[in-house]
Amino acid sequence: MRYLGMLGAIFAFAGASFAAATELSVSAAASLTDAFTELAAEYEKVNPNVKIAANFGASRTLLQQIEQGAPVDVFAAADQATMDEGASKKLIVDESRKNFAENGIVLAEPAGKKAVTAIEDLKKDAVTHVALGNPDYVPAGRYAKEILQAAGLWDALREKFILGENVRQVLDYIVRGEVDAGFVFSTDARSAGDKLAVVAELQPGTPVTYPIAVASDSPRKAEGTKFIEYVLSDAGKAILKKYGFR
Amino acid sequence: MSSFFLIPLALTLKVAGSATVAAFLSAVPFAFLVSKRRLPFKRGIDSLCTLPMVLPPTVMGYYLLLLLGRNGPLGRPLDETFGVRLVFTWQGAAVAAAVAAFPLIYRSARAGFEGVNVHIEEAARDLGASELRVFWNVSLPMANRGIVAGCMLAFARAMGEFGATMMLAGNLPGKTQTLSLAIYTATQAGNSAAAFQLTLFTSVVCTTLLWGAEHFLKRPF
Repeated sequence: MRYLGMLGAIFAFAGASFAAATELSVSAAASLTDAFTELAAEYEKVNPNVKIAANFGASRTLLQQIEQGAPVDVFAAADQATMDEGASKKLIVDESRKNFAENGIVLAEPAGKKAVTAIEDLKKDAVTHVALGNPDYVPAGRYAKEILQAAGLWDALREKFILGENVRQVLDYIVRGEVDAGFVFSTDARSAGDKLAVVAELQPGTPVTYPIAVASDSPRKAEGTKFIEYVLSDAGKAILKKYGFR
Repeated sequence: MSSFFLIPLALTLKVAGSATVAAFLSAVPFAFLVSKRRLPFKRGIDSLCTLPMVLPPTVMGYYLLLLLGRNGPLGRPLDETFGVRLVFTWQGAAVAAAVAAFPLIYRSARAGFEGVNVHIEEAARDLGASELRVFWNVSLPMANRGIVAGCMLAFARAMGEFGATMMLAGNLPGKTQTLSLAIYTATQAGNSAAAFQLTLFTSVVCTTLLWGAEHFLKRPF
């Protein structure tokens, strides 16, 4: 009987978490983790009847989830290519699509290593592991690939690549010293503080802009649009700026 | 068959094979000692040996990463003394899979040893057999079935290891990307055709292994 009671408590707890007020599901790029966590908390303060469920991951991964029917209301990506794909697959409402932030790419190494001073140094034999997001689904990895191809280094470095599942994993690899260097967004490098050293600020040919849009299948399009308005408002911009977005 | 299937398959078999051997060699002695000997902290050791089975793989993965990472308390000496790096290598994937597979062999072997009649072991001792000989010639052969069944489960578990592997060894095509990771990557990239083919292929491989193992187990020992 005692065990039945315990089981009952577990189910009751699980059930209670389903019965919330208006829950707005926001899928955002991994690089937005800190900024959107604060944005969501502030938005909930202003709109006490809304609860934001934020889901962070590689942009292409998030789009894949939406495509498979995940109940997402708002989608924020770290590159235009992913959002373009969402638009071509009719997964987002075109009119709701807005750009809300800009970012940069940096080459960074673990703090105190001083093994890499420029992007060409990645060719050195002492550099064995270079981390970047998997370009197939991580925007930061796509930008890094573009930069490396433009520098004529992509093929030469292929054997050294450690592909991350999202940009925050790449950041973790660098901070932990598991890799000699890696490519992350400047905002990610900033969030890690002095645990890593920025070697070079880089600019890919494609501008690093972040689009946001309401998902086509969302039953809460009005609430979603309202959240996007908040992201674009002065209050929202101030939070994004605080984390280094432009 | 193309390298698209063969490379992750070869890697998966290599990782799962080494993991099963490593788990077998470490789990059987522990199972024997816990089931047959008076040990201090016996229950603690028993729980510790079962822990990887009940902990989420990501928790195991994180522990392994902290311990075996380049700057970890075990990872750093391994790297500096022997030049062995487990992060981002197939050996790391094998370690993750071995840890995941360990409890399956441990539990089956322990049950096997517990099923061995104590009087037979006593009789061997009375006839002058050393402890090692009792283990090798009496207990081990009599617990055989349980251990073999445990090894099969361990191999299957090692083949499918995902969470801890990805955390420790990463997801590197050709180096640490096993079949389960390849399926995940194909799905993430929206390449559903590749994901489906790999899934089908993995199902066929696993079913074949299962049949083969059952056929093998039916034979008398």
